[in-house]
Amino acid sequence: MSTPPMDELFGDIDLEWEHRKNRAFRSLCFLSSILGLAALALLIADVLWEAYRGVSEYDIGIIHFITSTGSVNPDRAGMYGALVGSVLLIVLASIMTFFIGVGAAIYLEEYAPDTRLVRLIDANLANLAGVPSVVYGLVCFGLLINGPLDLGRIILVGAIALALVVLPIIIVSAMEALRAVPDSVRNGSYAIGATRWQTIRRVVLPAAMPGIMTGTILAIANAWGQTAPLLMVGAIASARHVPTGPFDDITALTVTIFDWAFRFQDQFHVLAAMGIVGLLVVLLGMNMVAIYIRSRYEKELS
Amino acid sequence: MATQEPDDKLISTEVSADETVRNERPDETVLAAKDLDVYYGEDRAIDDVSIEIPENKVTALIGPSGCGKSTFLRCINRMNDQIDVCRVDGDVVFKGKNVYDGDVDPVALRRKIGMVFQKPNPFPKSIRENVTYGLEVQGKPATEGDVERALRGAALYEEVHDKLDTSGLDLSGGQQQRLCIARAIAPDPEVILMDEPTSALDPVAASKIEDLIDTLVEEYTVIIVTHNMQQAARISDKTAVFLTGGELVEFDDTATIFENPADSRVEDYITGKFG
Ligand SMILES: Nc1ncnc2c1ncn2[C@@H]1O[C@H](COP(=O)(O)OP(=O)(O)OP(=O)(O)O)[C@@H](O)[C@H]1O
Ligand SMILES: [Mg+2]
Repeated sequence: MSTPPMDELFGDIDLEWEHRKNRAFRSLCFLSSILGLAALALLIADVLWEAYRGVSEYDIGIIHFITSTGSVNPDRAGMYGALVGSVLLIVLASIMTFFIGVGAAIYLEEYAPDTRLVRLIDANLANLAGVPSVVYGLVCFGLLINGPLDLGRIILVGAIALALVVLPIIIVSAMEALRAVPDSVRNGSYAIGATRWQTIRRVVLPAAMPGIMTGTILAIANAWGQTAPLLMVGAIASARHVPTGPFDDITALTVTIFDWAFRFQDQFHVLAAMGIVGLLVVLLGMNMVAIYIRSRYEKELS
Repeated sequence: MATQEPDDKLISTEVSADETVRNERPDETVLAAKDLDVYYGEDRAIDDVSIEIPENKVTALIGPSGCGKSTFLRCINRMNDQIDVCRVDGDVVFKGKNVYDGDVDPVALRRKIGMVFQKPNPFPKSIRENVTYGLEVQGKPATEGDVERALRGAALYEEVHDKLDTSGLDLSGGQQQRLCIARAIAPDPEVILMDEPTSALDPVAASKIEDLIDTLVEEYTVIIVTHNMQQAARISDKTAVFLTGGELVEFDDTATIFENPADSRVEDYITGKFG
């Protein structure tokens, strides 16, 4: 018995055109992803090259760069003060937003009745997350520095500005994480005689926590890279100034890089590139932690 | 219509020895519905149902899809409170008390009436934590003994005793369902509601759970929704037949329902003429 030829069996099916469409679309998608990646790679390569010039041409030691504080003299300038400012800002903003953000998400997802008002708030949270961050800086400037209150250009005000930027992002991502917990699990808890709070505390939150943490870390990474709102509340490049607390003058890494990049000496441009590398290293670290949490705890529920 | 001779059974209901003993006990009503109507918005899902469910027996609820079996079951432990559009009219009486009275806390009610769902829904926690959950939310410390007793009660202990700290989600579907049964019986409720507990399982896993129900009924009252006629005939003492529209058409001893139903619509349903 011989196998019948291909044409005899499937001759009536013409897939030539379908396959061609398939190939064309695949190439298109491949091209777009390559373009995006190439642009990113180019940027990073440029920054790395500039930073490398700092180490080779200007002989700036990496340790020296990290441990010394800004100065008008590029030979003595470093990112220490600015780094301390950024860390203070981020820590304060995180403390302010995590509990409020997760609390708001729990209320909206688990408690709030399904009324028109709640749905309006729901929809507008996403809009708030999309408001340009400079606007939040302006609001803080208007309310806390040059308005009803005059707290001055201090770290705390910058942290509040950053908190406003990340709060809607945290709320939205925490709500998504809570929504991903299937109702069957909630019902299982209610059906055994758990109260709503017990259900949230013991079942829903633990199940949603990896998602909430991932979203929070990404939101904080976003805050870490913010420049505009800090400029609006009067952040200055760190020159000989290492902030020691929330009421100290505000300075931040991004703002310092911004300042360096606009000096006329080439050595400052190189310093800016080195600062950017520092910024990126921290960002990369945060993203890696987020990815780790996601892959470590992600498990099919239901 | 077929003549109802004794050997002209629609579906055979072999009766096991212990079931015969069970059937000889007088019926004590533990749960009753009186003139129960349930609406989802404007749509009526349960239509004037009255029923008296005996203690320490297996009562099966059967009927075509969408006839309100799950809705009825959820009325008993007030899980319908969870659904915004659902409105209940009439009484569900548990041991003499209408559970819809204003002074009844549904949380307390559900501690006496446990539930097992159609799709196994273990918590994303360890096997041990799944079993102790009910006791813990009730503020009772759970001992190793409680865990073992519940798992043995659900015929799961032998399979999991050496991995109590692994996630409940890592078990097979049938094991997950038995874990959910263990979870439901651990706080020692009085009634266990089961909504098609075996429909997501293969026949072997299903028959394990059927055997289990046979032993559970020594201690608990079991109300089970099932689509499987043979299953209802095998495991239940009483059978309630709901038909489309949420009407309770007939409620009687299982043997009577399957061998000699009073209502011709029940016979049509059981013989597969519709539904
Ligand atoms: N949450 C709900 N909201 C609105 N209507 C619902 C809801 N749940 C059930 N219903 C309606 O109530 C009626 C009875 O549904 P129910 O789930 O009780 O049927 P069932 O007998 O359990 O069916 P099945 O055998 O398919 O599970 C159906 O018409 C259904 O559309
Ligand atoms: Mg159902």
